[in-house]
Amino acid sequence: MGVLAEMFSYPFLVRAFVGGVLVSLCASLLGVSLVLKRYSMIGDGLSHVSFGALSIALAMGWSPLPVSIPVVVLAAFFLLRITENGKMKSDAAIAMISASALAIGIIVTSMTTGMTTDVSSYMFGSILAMSREDVILSGALSVIVLGLFVICYNKIFAVTFDENFARATGVRVGLYNILIAILTAVTIVLGMRMMGAMLISSLIIFPALTSMRIFKSFRGVVLSSGILSIVCFAIGMMGSYCFSTPAGASIVVVNLAAFLLFFAWQACVKKM
Amino acid sequence: MEENRNEAGSGEAKKPLIVCQNVDFGYENYDVVVGVSMTVEEGDYVCIVGENGSGKSTLMKGLLGLLKPTGGSLTVAEELKKTGIGYLPQQTAAQRDFPATVQEVVLSGCLSRRGALPFYSRKEKAIARENMEKTGIYQIKDHCYRELSGGQQQRVLIARALCATSRLLILDEPITGLDPSAIQDLYAMLKQLNREGVAILMVSHDIRNVVSEASKILHLKREVLFYGTVQEYKKSAVGKEFLGGDS
Repeated sequence: MGVLAEMFSYPFLVRAFVGGVLVSLCASLLGVSLVLKRYSMIGDGLSHVSFGALSIALAMGWSPLPVSIPVVVLAAFFLLRITENGKMKSDAAIAMISASALAIGIIVTSMTTGMTTDVSSYMFGSILAMSREDVILSGALSVIVLGLFVICYNKIFAVTFDENFARATGVRVGLYNILIAILTAVTIVLGMRMMGAMLISSLIIFPALTSMRIFKSFRGVVLSSGILSIVCFAIGMMGSYCFSTPAGASIVVVNLAAFLLFFAWQACVKKM
Repeated sequence: MEENRNEAGSGEAKKPLIVCQNVDFGYENYDVVVGVSMTVEEGDYVCIVGENGSGKSTLMKGLLGLLKPTGGSLTVAEELKKTGIGYLPQQTAAQRDFPATVQEVVLSGCLSRRGALPFYSRKEKAIARENMEKTGIYQIKDHCYRELSGGQQQRVLIARALCATSRLLILDEPITGLDPSAIQDLYAMLKQLNREGVAILMVSHDIRNVVSEASKILHLKREVLFYGTVQEYKKSAVGKEFLGGDS
């Protein structure tokens, strides 16, 4: 606790902590639905598109969020369509789009500003990146995501478990898919500058995958993912503060440790 | 349950649940199924047969309301419009390792009864329980769906479909991936449900079993080659050829 108190004496760390907890929570809840629907790659694709959009905004001297949020939301629509239509191999298509977005981002940056600290922090994250504006946006986002999961919990379950059945019983499946894609896009843009474009998708994928090792009910997986994401984030941040490691990478490593722990637990339970 | 039996057994004129008049279904500018005229009435046990690519799945999607008819008229009974149709889709790969309890899955069938309200009430939980008991899965209600056998999973999905409506079940190739004893179980359960007044519409490859189970056959090959009772089907040229070629 002493470490926490010491950390909270720095205003920028408080901002990073609050914003990060909120973003992790949103990412983990949305992640349950994305992972179970086999849409994990969408998160990864969006983070790369987000990197491209941010570098262009930076090169043009525009403020980053108003430019990148609409671009990434558009990309989310597009990726969802590719995945749903199944015309092209969707995993290949997403990989292609993410690499292209990354490449465009890198070229734009090298032609204008060069690899400044700003760009490198977009790649690998920086705890300095959380501004007041970001924290407020993260707060608004988590209210929406939590509200969606509380009010539409049963619909989200139905859409995640079986789209066709949900559609036949009159649930507007398309609407929920788009809503989840948009919220994922916003989560990624907000979390990306702290976690880094390369690491942000882990916030979406890890908690759900970890929880699925042990929990057998959807409710259990959702609750456990939410709690795990917050715990892992807090431990990762403290670790990063104590050992001066990059915050994003530390959080991912803690998530990995949690996954391995749950995995071992699952293996033990199975043997008994 | 009691109510259904009374209504179905009361001998009054059967109410049509779905009426197709010369309906076409298709995608964009190509009609996969043309000129289908059929009626599914209360208590019917209809089976749609046909070769691969004959439009069986397309017709079924159309009847479920997942595809709009491109021609003709499709009438669905008011009560089904309200609750939706009890649908048993083919399982997807993602479902096989889905973390959900049997109860959660069955309850999701009650969704259309909920409207905009966020949570399930005691009434819906009672409906879910009744249907779990009917399909013999109540004692495993807290088990994880992904750890069940294929036959048990199918029972869970039937219970879910029954939560949506006890009028009409539509099943898409329900025996895919089941072992022989599970297949017999499934047919026995469908027969039992049918006796209790649930109309059944099934798409199937399993022509030999179907002939002994169903009461009506619809043979599809882009258009309807045959629609009538099983007895008539066995005598018809189409039926003789299909049944003969199969055995």
